[in-house]
Amino acid sequence: MSELHHIGLAGAAAGLRARRFSSVELAETFLKRIERNQETLNAFISVTRAQALSDAAAADRALAAGDGGALTGVPIAHKDLFCTRGVRTTCGSCILDNFVSPYDATVVAKLKHAGAVMLGKTNMDEFAMGSSNETSYYGTVRNPWDPRLVPGGSSGGSAAAVAARLVPGATATDTGGSIRQPAALCGITGLKPTYGRVSRYGMVAFASSLDQGGVLTVSAADAALMLREMAGFDPNDSTSVEREVPDYVALLGEPIAGLRVGLLKEFFDKGLDPGNERRVREALKVFESLGARLTEVSLPNLPLSVPVYYVVAPAECSSNLARFDGVRYGHRCEQPRDLQDLYRRSRGEGFGAEVKRRIMTGTYVLSAGYYDAYYLKAQRVRQLISADFTRAFASVDVLIGPTTPTPAFAIGAKTADPITMYLNDIYTIGANLAGLPAVSVPCGFVGKLPVGLQIVGPHFSEARLLTAAHAYQRATDWHTQVPEGYA
Amino acid sequence: MSGWETIIGLEIHAQLATRSKIFSGSATAYGAPPNAQANLVDLGYPGVLPVLNGEAVRMAVKLGLAIEARIAPTSVFARKNYFYPDLPKGYQISQYELPIVAGGALDIVLEDGKVKRVGITRAHLEEDAGKSLHEGLPGVTGVDLNRAGTPLVEIVSEPDLRSAKEAVAYMKKVHTLVRYLEICDGNMQEGSFRCDANVSVRKAGATKLGTRAEIKNLNSFRFVERAINYEVARQIDLLEGGGEVVQETRLYDPDKGETRSMRSKEEANDYRYFPDPDLLPVALDAAFIESVRATLPELPDQKAARFGSQYGLSAYDAGVLTASRELADYYEAVVRAAPADAKLAANWVMGELAAALNKESLEVTATRMTAERLAGLLKRICDQTISGKLAKEVFEAMWSGGADADAVIAERGLKQITDSAAIERAIDEVFSKNPGQLAEYRAGKDKLFGFFVGQVMKATGGKANPAQLNELLRKKLGG
Amino acid sequence: MALTREQIESIAALARLELSAAEVPVYQDSLSRILDFVGALERADTASVAPMAHPLPGLSQRLRPDTVTEQDRHAEYQQNAPLTAAGLYLVPRVIE
Repeated sequence: MSELHHIGLAGAAAGLRARRFSSVELAETFLKRIERNQETLNAFISVTRAQALSDAAAADRALAAGDGGALTGVPIAHKDLFCTRGVRTTCGSCILDNFVSPYDATVVAKLKHAGAVMLGKTNMDEFAMGSSNETSYYGTVRNPWDPRLVPGGSSGGSAAAVAARLVPGATATDTGGSIRQPAALCGITGLKPTYGRVSRYGMVAFASSLDQGGVLTVSAADAALMLREMAGFDPNDSTSVEREVPDYVALLGEPIAGLRVGLLKEFFDKGLDPGNERRVREALKVFESLGARLTEVSLPNLPLSVPVYYVVAPAECSSNLARFDGVRYGHRCEQPRDLQDLYRRSRGEGFGAEVKRRIMTGTYVLSAGYYDAYYLKAQRVRQLISADFTRAFASVDVLIGPTTPTPAFAIGAKTADPITMYLNDIYTIGANLAGLPAVSVPCGFVGKLPVGLQIVGPHFSEARLLTAAHAYQRATDWHTQVPEGYA
Repeated sequence: MSGWETIIGLEIHAQLATRSKIFSGSATAYGAPPNAQANLVDLGYPGVLPVLNGEAVRMAVKLGLAIEARIAPTSVFARKNYFYPDLPKGYQISQYELPIVAGGALDIVLEDGKVKRVGITRAHLEEDAGKSLHEGLPGVTGVDLNRAGTPLVEIVSEPDLRSAKEAVAYMKKVHTLVRYLEICDGNMQEGSFRCDANVSVRKAGATKLGTRAEIKNLNSFRFVERAINYEVARQIDLLEGGGEVVQETRLYDPDKGETRSMRSKEEANDYRYFPDPDLLPVALDAAFIESVRATLPELPDQKAARFGSQYGLSAYDAGVLTASRELADYYEAVVRAAPADAKLAANWVMGELAAALNKESLEVTATRMTAERLAGLLKRICDQTISGKLAKEVFEAMWSGGADADAVIAERGLKQITDSAAIERAIDEVFSKNPGQLAEYRAGKDKLFGFFVGQVMKATGGKANPAQLNELLRKKLGG
Repeated sequence: MALTREQIESIAALARLELSAAEVPVYQDSLSRILDFVGALERADTASVAPMAHPLPGLSQRLRPDTVTEQDRHAEYQQNAPLTAAGLYLVPRVIE
């Protein structure tokens, strides 16, 4: 059973049902890997060993009795911004260091209901604000392909954990690329669903009109299974959509011959690393060989997506993070002189530098005299970008391009200038602004570092994206590559 | 104050009478232990989201229809951002650019009997804040978030009001209306109905508005009147002394009877409104609006007009009797049971009954003097069993005891004497006992007529029918 | 767009963030650069374009039935609170 950690999410579910191994064995295998690699990778903020083993034992009893759901006994991890009842939920922030959630996020409850066993909570950029995992209060996560490099962010802990086979699947969230970019940098599969497909209830908000929960897994097939179990309408989230969840797993085998693929002209720009471009163009050849028809399309307003994002996301974040005031939960400064001192010091001490930067940016763009020029203007340009996508999807089924401009970069390389860091999300932000689903799959290497291929579809086309990604993964083996030392 | 014109606009906050909060399933009942009715949404916990209470929307629409306003086909919730301990999320969910109700009006009756139309700019839905408590907590403030998230409708008037009295008349009118609509219990002690007053003054004849001050959180009609009068005098004093009015928020101190500046709320008033991304636009179609319209009761003005035509009441009486739906219902129940004289019924309800209720601070719905019992008394006045004067004694006995009118009349022997022969006998007896006065009267001292009336009444225990007595006495004295 | 030190201080005050003397110039620099960067939006022609507040077009707010679904759990919720007494959350004295 030495290879148990390579089993994958769907493989684990099938193996458990066939009783080839027990949930306790599986949990123990992964827990040991988590603990052994924690110092090197720093992928987890909390490991819930005792609870995991007890849940796994319960899963084994259910399986023995012939009960259980689609994921009974399957180990997973949650990004530490999903609220987990009775378990510390930090969002990677000092301000929530001592926060124990009294409730489960809908995603957490749904995966629990499906039988999944949580092993722990993964590290992340503070409040999901970052593209490198360097803003976490709990320290930087390291890339399993090279510990000197970042894993991407903000879901860097989840991505590193899946890439290093510390867990077969993990939840993640994506506000501007926080699932797809670390998936690309860590060489795994990451799916950001359509806005409203997955409930945001219990996901600590960063930018409410952009945030969407999703999955990080080894393969598209695993992503299909996990998404099917966590998606769906939630009466607690007014922005979740009342729409049936297709059986993504059953639809995986659909042929993709005739799929109309749009090559996004704006994605092949001067910022794109030539190595990355080569891998992406090779992947497009694979799609052609599978029967896809390629055409070039242009989204003229897309280059403005990063400026739009850095107005809208900070604006929403400045308001969303106002609740962290040291009164009802979270960090409170010592000996406040008065109420204003309580607010200013609790927040000043509790938030890290990048979070403060974004709160201030957002405060500024919403303030009297600047609202029209920044916030309203950005929301108008957002409409233009969204319209560009709608126009493109009139003639193509999916858009394909790179996930990131470059492979993983060195820890510390982009911390001096926020703009340089922000530009890392240049290809991913558009999907968030328009609420579109998008998946990143590994498509080869530049040197020893993995490269991600991004597929974007119209609203609620997750099945199409997963089918295309799955077809690609049946024709290639990039997603099965494991970083050295984690085999 | 001559030479100055006062300009007032009111922002009335009415708590909607829903069972649960506007964005959560917490109860809204008043008086629960601290924070017992504050759930994760009300506390602004990380990750929680608001879901809109449909009943709050229906109630706001009901109000909009009653003031003949436009119901917005699409309205939008926005965040009003500011830090305060009673505001858990650091923002209040309100409506800003697109309120649910816009452009209505209400008529008020002025002291001189003229009707004035007061414009209502808008009415929007929002969540209430919690409460800060200071008593018994040395050096600290305690925060109770039970009230946080209670649905409010904020009704914003045009600056159409020209005096404190007009402002109070308008506020009372709105108070009457929201209770008729059963969308607010109107309980001002508990804060269910309160207002902010925007007050400014300008030289008579000026067209430009003066700088205004906003007086916050006035929770009684009396305070509204006093606070506005104080504020108007303060502003005029300032301006006449060469000073300037500062645009600011002020608080009325009922103990001192004055308003003072609230600097704590002034520090940061850049609210940074933007559409709340957690809530979608509220879209209301015609079918929804019509379904709400079907639930509208007869409105106060409609009812008052009907009371005028159906019962022959004056506009004033109709206005008093329709000031609350309960009082109007009571009055109509009395008239149904004693239909002979609707005007008499109105006099009794507004007179004896209102005074008795007032004395004991009772609501009309809480009195043992039911409409049927009062009607029983009125019937005996109408059929001349008792005189109006004695009826008051009967009423008092009915009020303090439990007996009905007929029982009181029988027990106390108050039945009116209408037998002419009996009255004549009583007159003759009085004449024989007072020969001196009789002689004086006959010698021309007309004033003594009253003396004889009094003596006969005394002799009959007040029971002689006054009209008959007058007639018979005049006949005998003249004869 | 260069922000002044005073502007940074007033934004931080509005956002209730205590900044150290060393932090102010750092944010002065980076916020100025961010505002320059997002200044690119000015070039877009948005004359007849409505702002987009929500990523999915055409959806409207669902209405919840007016039912009480919550129980008193204040003791549990206040386990996360830094300072409480008699069921109240405590803050330094607020003077109005």
